[in-house]
Amino acid sequence: MTESRKAFWDGIKAEIPLLVGVFPFGMIYGALAMNAGLSAFASQMMSSIVFAGSAQFITTQLVSEATPGLVIILTIAVVNLRHMLYSASLAPYLKHLSTKWKALLSYLLTDEAYAPSIIQYEKEGVKPHSHCFLLGAGLALWTNWQISTALGIFLGARIPDNLQLDFALPLTFIAMVVPVLRKTPMIVAALSAGITALLAFNLPFRLGLILAALVGIIVGTLLEKSNPQRETHE
Amino acid sequence: MNNIWLVMLIGGLITFGMRFSLIYLFGKFEIPETLKKALHYVPPAVLSAIIFPELFIQDGELNFQFTNFRLLAGIFAIITAWFTRNIMITILVGMAALFILNALGVN
Repeated sequence: MTESRKAFWDGIKAEIPLLVGVFPFGMIYGALAMNAGLSAFASQMMSSIVFAGSAQFITTQLVSEATPGLVIILTIAVVNLRHMLYSASLAPYLKHLSTKWKALLSYLLTDEAYAPSIIQYEKEGVKPHSHCFLLGAGLALWTNWQISTALGIFLGARIPDNLQLDFALPLTFIAMVVPVLRKTPMIVAALSAGITALLAFNLPFRLGLILAALVGIIVGTLLEKSNPQRETHE
Repeated sequence: MNNIWLVMLIGGLITFGMRFSLIYLFGKFEIPETLKKALHYVPPAVLSAIIFPELFIQDGELNFQFTNFRLLAGIFAIITAWFTRNIMITILVGMAALFILNALGVN
């Protein structure tokens, strides 16, 4: 009991610094959704029904451009494809859980809950209470996302553009990824994914993102295979 | 006008389905070694694929110039992250750098 509670709190603690970057992002989403003509209620509910920042941003943009619903749904699906990679990546650490637990944790599985959790799991390996870490991180992020959305809906156009608060989110990702880059295959995987993302930027439906991620994963894996002495993970 | 509720509901279900898919299935099968190795590269690959366009693409075009303040601020943040490994400090340094560059408006 105390073990699981500790893992839960560790998850919350690991998530707190990320919330600094996510909070302004949630506020901007709330403001944009109102701006796109969604009701306050619909804007707020999207944050719990879809619960995926970048997909929500794109949805509000497409709604304001009067895009057909089917296209919006397809776009959400493609933008969120990366979550299948997260799902695969966390699966070995969660495979002992009941379907109910798996469903709850899957609902909470966002970029910002995934990143600290996978770092923790790769460091510590599978433990009986590992899932509580993800639960803590995910719930902390979920709560933060609902509150920041509400504040964005409330403040709306009063959030000044020139603060460029949206930049906080890529900074959060930089803060997560840079400390992971300690071995050559990791660095090359990151660089090849990044460069592919730039080359493929003009592909429709943000397909460049998933293509770039796959290129990075394949390059990293091939490089590791050709240098077996580098195989150990921390 | 679309029914936004229907779009949200289906979009939400698809998102959940993708998050749930492999967490659910992997308990049922043994995962091949190569795939296990490949999955270690998911975090750096996906995060970099998100970060690079945010830094290098300005108004829909590649911009490698020093007039691209997001790129400069991002480089400050990367250096900070490398040395401090601290998320909060990295975000604050990056935001401060962007804010100062914009205020100075060196063009």
